[in-house]
Amino acid sequence: MTIGSTPLGGFLLVAALLFSIGLAGALTRRNAILVLIGIELMLNAANLNLIAFWRYGPHPELLTGMMFAIFSIAVAAAEAAVGLGLVISIYRHAHTTDLDAMNRMKG
Amino acid sequence: MCYPRSHRRDLRPTDEDLSVGTLGRGHPAFVGMQALERERLPMSFAFTLFAAITVAGGLAAVLLKNTVHCALALTVAFAGLALLFLDLDAQFAGFAQILVYIGAVAILVVFAILLTRGSETPKDGVFSKNWFAGLVIAAGVFAVLGWAVLASAYALPGPGGAPTATPTVTVAEIGQALISRYVLPLEIVALLLTAALIGAVIVAMDEKERAR
Amino acid sequence: MFELLDQIFVLLKHSLVGFLPLWMQPVASVLVSVVVIICLFPALFALTTVLERKGLGRIQNRIGPNRTGPFGILQPVADGIKSLTKEDIVPSSADGVVHFLAPIVLVVAVFMGFAVLPMGRNMALVEMDAGLLFFFAMGASTELSVFMAGWSSRNKYSLLGAMRAVAQMISYEVPLLMSSVAVVMITGSLSLGKIVEAQNHYTWGLPHWYIFTPWGLAGFLMYAIAATAETNRSPFDLPEGESELVAGYHTEYSGFKFALFFLGEYLAMFSISGLGTTLFLGGWSAPFEFLSWVPSWIWFFSKLMLSICVFIWLRGTLPRLRQDQLMNFAWKFVLPLTMLNLLVTALWRFLGPGWEQWVYCSAILALAYVAMARVGMRAEHFGPRKYRYAE
Repeated sequence: MTIGSTPLGGFLLVAALLFSIGLAGALTRRNAILVLIGIELMLNAANLNLIAFWRYGPHPELLTGMMFAIFSIAVAAAEAAVGLGLVISIYRHAHTTDLDAMNRMKG
Repeated sequence: MCYPRSHRRDLRPTDEDLSVGTLGRGHPAFVGMQALERERLPMSFAFTLFAAITVAGGLAAVLLKNTVHCALALTVAFAGLALLFLDLDAQFAGFAQILVYIGAVAILVVFAILLTRGSETPKDGVFSKNWFAGLVIAAGVFAVLGWAVLASAYALPGPGGAPTATPTVTVAEIGQALISRYVLPLEIVALLLTAALIGAVIVAMDEKERAR
Repeated sequence: MFELLDQIFVLLKHSLVGFLPLWMQPVASVLVSVVVIICLFPALFALTTVLERKGLGRIQNRIGPNRTGPFGILQPVADGIKSLTKEDIVPSSADGVVHFLAPIVLVVAVFMGFAVLPMGRNMALVEMDAGLLFFFAMGASTELSVFMAGWSSRNKYSLLGAMRAVAQMISYEVPLLMSSVAVVMITGSLSLGKIVEAQNHYTWGLPHWYIFTPWGLAGFLMYAIAATAETNRSPFDLPEGESELVAGYHTEYSGFKFALFFLGEYLAMFSISGLGTTLFLGGWSAPFEFLSWVPSWIWFFSKLMLSICVFIWLRGTLPRLRQDQLMNFAWKFVLPLTMLNLLVTALWRFLGPGWEQWVYCSAILALAYVAMARVGMRAEHFGPRKYRYAE
C-alpha cells in the first residue's frame, strides 16, 4: 500500500466524482435532509482534494493542507448542526420536509 | 525534494516543467518508472478499493429511496474517505474524520431524519420535478473538473514522481502548528463552534419553550 | 529470567513469525496478534459472565448459577450453546440488511479499539502516534450500530431505547474525552505507550500513576462515570433496563445476534477499562518498585479484572438513574468538573514540583466538588401533591 503507486490525478478524480455526486444529490432530491447530505458529500470531496494536494505538494512538512482540512471538518460539523436545526424548525411550521412543497414565495 | 533524483541531470524537472501549460520533457513519471526496481500498477489495490467504497457510498446516499438508508450509506462514504486519508498518510485527519463525521455528523443526520418523520416514504416520489436539470448540471461540473484533472495529468506528480519519503507528521507537530502558526484560525473556529452550538439549540428549540 | 517471562509472548510471536519468508513477516506478525486478541478477550468475556452472575447473586444475597459445573464455572458454555442453537427470529417488517449489520458493526468497532492498548511491555498491537484518538474514534462508531439496531427493528420500544442510548452515549462522550485530555496534557503525547512509560517511575517505592495526583483522581472518577455510561452499564442502563423497555434496542434480536450484542457490550467494557488503566492506573507498571519483577501483562490484566469487578459491584449496588437525571448529571455536573479539571491540570504543571501543586490543586478540586454538589443536589421542594382522578 505504498503511496508512490497512485498518481495524484487518481485522488483528484475521486474527489471530483464525489463532488458531482453530492451536487447531483443536493439538486435533485426532495427531502431537505438529503440536500444537506449532498452538501456534506461536497465538503468531504473538497477535504480529500486538500489532503491529496498536501501530500503530493512541495512542502508537506508545513502541514498547511492538513490544517485546512481539519478546520474544514470542524466548520462542516458546525454547519451540519445549524442546517439540521433549521430543517427541524421548518418541519415544525410546514409539517413537511418536501422542498417542492415549500413554494409559497413563488411568483 | 519530493521527486526521486534521476541520474540524468538533463531530465530533472525544472520549474518550467512543473507549471501547467508546457509539455514536460522527460517528465519524472517516465524517468521514475525506470528507476523503480519492480513494476508497479498505476493504481494501488488499496486505493482502488477505498475509492470504490467511497463512491459507492456516495451514490447510494443520493439514490436510495429510504432516507435512513441514505444516511447509513453516507456513513459508509465517510468511512471510505477516512481510509483514503489514511492512505495519504494523514493519520490525524483520518481519525478526526471518523470521530467527527461518523461519530457526530452522521448521528445528527439520523436524529434529524427521525425527528422529521423522514423514514416514511413520500407519496410523490423522492426526486424533485426538475431532477433532470440537476443531473445535467452535476454531470457538467464533473466533466469540467475531470477535464481539468486529466488535461494536467502529465504535470502532476505521478507514479515514481510522488514523494518517496512519507512525511512523518506527529501529533506534537500539529499541536505546535496550531498554537504558533494557526492560532488565529483556531480561536475563530472555537468562537464559530460556540456560536453554532448555541444557535442550533435556539433554532431547534420548541417554540412554546422559547416563549416562556 | 523474569525479563524472559515478561516478554514471553513477544518472543513467542517472533519465533512463530520467523518461520515465514521475510516479505510476509509484518503482515503475519499483525495477524498473529489479531488472532490472539480475538481468542483471548471473548474467553475473558466468558469468565466475566460467570463472575458477574455469581457476584451479583452474592450481593443480592443469593447464590448465582451453580448447576453447570462446579460453582457454575461451565455456565458460559451452556449460554453459548443456547444462543447458538436458538432460532434466529427476524420480524417480518424489520429492515433486513440493517438488522443484520448492526451487531456486526458493533463487534468490529469494539474489537478495533483493542489494537492500541498496551497490554504489557512492548505488547501493543500497533504503536500509533495518535493512539488515543484512534481509540475514541472507534468508540464513537459504536453509537451508530446502537441506532441501527433500534431503528431496523420497527419496534417502538426498540427505537425509544436506541434513541435514549445514543443520547446517553453522546452526552457522556464529552466528559470521557476531556478527562483523558488532562492525561495527554501532562504526558505530552497521544500515544498510549508513552503515557504508560511516563507513569512507570517510582519515588520512594511508590509509583507515579496519575491516579495518585489530585487532578488524576478527579479525572479517573469522572472517566469511570463516563465509561459506565458509555457502555450502558448500571446505574446508567436505562436503555436496556429489563424493567423499563423490555430489552431496549436489542429486543428483536435472538440467538447468535443477541449473543453478539452481549459480547460487544462486555468487550466495550473491557476496552474502556483497559484504556482507563492505561491512562490513570499506570497500565502495565507494577504498584511498588519491589514488585516490578512480576511480568507486566499480569499487572495489566489484574487491573483490568479489578475494574470489571468494580463495574459488577456498581451494578449490584446502585439503583438506576432516570433519563433526565442522567442527562442533567452529564451536562451540568460532570462536564463543568472536567473542564475545571483541565484548568487544575494546567495549574499543576505550571506550579512545578513541590508542595504547592498538591495543596492548591486538591483544594480547588475539593472546593469545586462540594460547591457543585451543594448547588446541584439540593433537594427539590415540590408543592403539595396534586391528584388526578379518572372521571
